[in-house]
Amino acid sequence: MSEQIVKMTVGELSDRLATRDVSAVEAATAYLDKISELDGDIGAYITVTAERALEQAAKVDKLRTEGEKLSPLAGIPAGIKDNICTKGIRTTCASRMLENFIPPYNAFVIERLEERNVVMLGKLNMDEFAMGSTNETSYYKPVRNPRDLTRVPGGSSGGGAAAVAAGEAAFALGSDTGGSIRQPAAFCGIVGMKPTYGAVSRNGAVALASSLDQIGPLTKNVLDSALVLEAIIGYDENDATSLDYDWPSFTQRLEQGAKGLRIALPKEYFGEGAAAEIKEAVKAAASKYERLGATVEEVSLPNMRYALPAYYVISSAEASSNLARFDGVKYGFRAEGCNDIDEIYKATRSEGFGREVKRRIMLGSFVLSAGYYDAYYKKALQVRTLICEDFNRVFERFDVILAPVAPTTAYKLGENSGNPLEMYMGNIYTVPINIAGLPSLSIPCGTDSQGLPIGMQLIGKPFAEPLLYQAAYAFEQSSGKGDA
Amino acid sequence: MMVSQAVLQKYEMVVGLEVHVELKTKTKIFCRCPTEFGAEPNTQCCPICLGMPGTLPVLNRQVVNFAVKAGLATNCEIALTTKQYRKHYFYPDLPKAYQISQYDLPLCEHGYLDIETEKGAKRIGITRIHIEEDAGKLVHVEGKGTMIDLNRGGMPLIEIVSEPDIHSAEEAKAYLQKLRAVIMYIGVSDCKMNQGSFRCDVNISVRQKGEKGLGVRSEIKNINSFQFVVKAIEYEFVRHVEAIEAGEKLIQETRRFDQSSGKTFSMRSKENATDYCYSPDPDLPVIEISDEMRNTLKAEIPALPDQRKQRYMEEYGLTAYAAEQLTIQREIADYFEKAAAQTSYPTLVANMILSDVARLLPPDETDIPIDPAHFAAIAQMSGDGRINSGTCRKLVQALWENDTDPESLVREKGLEQISDTDVLTAFANEVISEQQKSVADYRAGKAAAFQVLVGQVMKKTSGRGNPVKIKEILADLLK
Repeated sequence: MSEQIVKMTVGELSDRLATRDVSAVEAATAYLDKISELDGDIGAYITVTAERALEQAAKVDKLRTEGEKLSPLAGIPAGIKDNICTKGIRTTCASRMLENFIPPYNAFVIERLEERNVVMLGKLNMDEFAMGSTNETSYYKPVRNPRDLTRVPGGSSGGGAAAVAAGEAAFALGSDTGGSIRQPAAFCGIVGMKPTYGAVSRNGAVALASSLDQIGPLTKNVLDSALVLEAIIGYDENDATSLDYDWPSFTQRLEQGAKGLRIALPKEYFGEGAAAEIKEAVKAAASKYERLGATVEEVSLPNMRYALPAYYVISSAEASSNLARFDGVKYGFRAEGCNDIDEIYKATRSEGFGREVKRRIMLGSFVLSAGYYDAYYKKALQVRTLICEDFNRVFERFDVILAPVAPTTAYKLGENSGNPLEMYMGNIYTVPINIAGLPSLSIPCGTDSQGLPIGMQLIGKPFAEPLLYQAAYAFEQSSGKGDA
Repeated sequence: MMVSQAVLQKYEMVVGLEVHVELKTKTKIFCRCPTEFGAEPNTQCCPICLGMPGTLPVLNRQVVNFAVKAGLATNCEIALTTKQYRKHYFYPDLPKAYQISQYDLPLCEHGYLDIETEKGAKRIGITRIHIEEDAGKLVHVEGKGTMIDLNRGGMPLIEIVSEPDIHSAEEAKAYLQKLRAVIMYIGVSDCKMNQGSFRCDVNISVRQKGEKGLGVRSEIKNINSFQFVVKAIEYEFVRHVEAIEAGEKLIQETRRFDQSSGKTFSMRSKENATDYCYSPDPDLPVIEISDEMRNTLKAEIPALPDQRKQRYMEEYGLTAYAAEQLTIQREIADYFEKAAAQTSYPTLVANMILSDVARLLPPDETDIPIDPAHFAAIAQMSGDGRINSGTCRKLVQALWENDTDPESLVREKGLEQISDTDVLTAFANEVISEQQKSVADYRAGKAAAFQVLVGQVMKKTSGRGNPVKIKEILADLLK
């Protein structure tokens, strides 16, 4: 039974829990057992909260026995990326800097999950402060791809993607600043959703780049993604960038099909940079959409080539600012043996942050410094406007943009870790979406010759989440991938 | 000081002031912590104002409303949209290592205030007013080291930057008094200097009179009384002149004013100044100020000091200077109006407030412990000639300590003025025979000797004599 439980989707497990065919404690136990069995190899978790998970599960079972009306997510075991604050449970951001940081508050999304009696299994490994796309920058340990343990799971939400793919969590919450949900989802062969900027409150998510960050679900299939996003989406008065919008149900219109859908294929996503097998897989998906009754047309997003540099300027600038607070004064790591405050700052930040984090802080401080601001930061903001205009133009005539998530499938551990630029190039297809604040859903669309998963993304205009789910579901159903 | 008055006369100072005013909103600028002053250290903080990971600021709209009011009351243009920026620097009292402030698009710009000094009226330009959060406070505890109190962190501030239109310490003081008056009139701050809710930075440079360019500037940080602003400016002016005269090179630097020595000391020079890496705060959307909102706030602004001042000049015939002095503290002006309404001598009430009351009031205080009706009664008796000016002053002093009906006090203690010519002539004759030397001096042309004789007659009346009469009688007798 235990093996079956961890293979179930959220939707299936939810049904079994509702009929009391499976108890929440059984479900939690199955997942905790799986974590014990596999996580030594995979490294998806930084902290496992087994005791708490079993307590939460027992509470769910009790409520259900008492006849309480429960959310479809009640009793579902989930993992949470370790940059999302959890009250009383350490939240490290995979950094030495926050090794012992225990937040006295919950993130908005955690409150939402707790209200729905989701069972939290633990805190998931990630690239340090979400900087990286291989999960190798974690201070604690790298994460390995469950599909091939010699390969990376992608990042920065690599722990979440690996956990869901390996049956170590029914779903996970990740964060996506430049592709950090979608790329690991693609590398691990699961579904990852980056919602419209402002759709999910950032309150309590440790910021990487505030104008780009969004929290979203990593799930086994499209329905699960819709179920989880419905639970965490919505206005939060404690996040000034939160959207006050009346969201429709995502699950209700899933089965409306792809007929009449106008799909755009941006030619810039099918250039020399992308692996041939990936281009073929996404084009094959486009053909399938045509067979399902959609129209597909090639379009151009001419400013895409500026997106990556603009992204690294904006995100590093915001990151250097957001991470300034980690100074060893109030919480977290503090270097020993310092004689004065300046020494504390220097030593704490030198020893507390890893290489990639320091690289981005320096890059960010540079582009914000007097004399360089206009040439870099201001220019990047101008590029941001151009990119938004590119997308707007396409969305005047199309409902969805279909594109690859990443130019390659999962690489070997260590393959790119010595070459930051190479690593940054891996985000080339995902960052434009964050720059424009758009929703994008990453779903599997086949495997390459080595059997590694290939992901494609369905990109919509702001608030197009219901449509993206509908389109993705149609594809998933036609591929026979909806069942676990 | 090394330089003479004549040398100082060749130079003029160019001064601009930056004032930080703490707004009296109920909660802090980006969280819901209370803003009361004087709480136990670190009891008015939350994860947001402590800048803890993952927390987000949400702007308290009342801060914008108060700042717009301050802008309107100082004749500023109000921006239609304005942004908040992060100003980065590392210091233990700044939990996020950046202060949320404003940069190139301040909320208010291009305003002015009219000031009045004894030399006359002058207009001082206001460059900008922007909103920002306050930092915490470092407390040095003997034997324990430096402690951090973050109660003040995240308190709402406006920074008001003047144009460098100020050319004397007196003008600086008049500007600060006027600014404080306006802010207090509109009720957006208590402006308590001793509690740090009104703090001043001075930017000063010195040049030869007639020159157009500016000298090397020094900035004196965080001065917490008007008196110290005056002292710091005067000290710094002389220091600059001395350096220029001696051919020394001044450097652009930040200095602090030491209260005990009355001197300024260098804190840091501009060469190693921090680059604040200003950047727009992505957590905070653009602030919009609609016409409707601006008009609503404008309608809430009460009569300002200048309007009252104008009225006092017209209604009571006060001089511009007296009217300005009376109106720079709202409570004092209110008190004046209450008392003035109950006597036929409002000018006397004004003079009594500006001389006798001003002497008795501690700095920054406005609470006059005398019933305005009693105060008016003193003015009435004085104006009617029933008491003389000395008695008038003594009565104010007496009622300050123990407020009572001054009429009965005058009656009980027999303080009425003696104007009877026969009585005064008798006293005058006694004095003339007793004070032969002064009489001789007076006759030899020494005017001061006459005052001595008047004083002696007054003494014989126990201070109750009518001074005008005494002078007439003495002058007559000594012809």
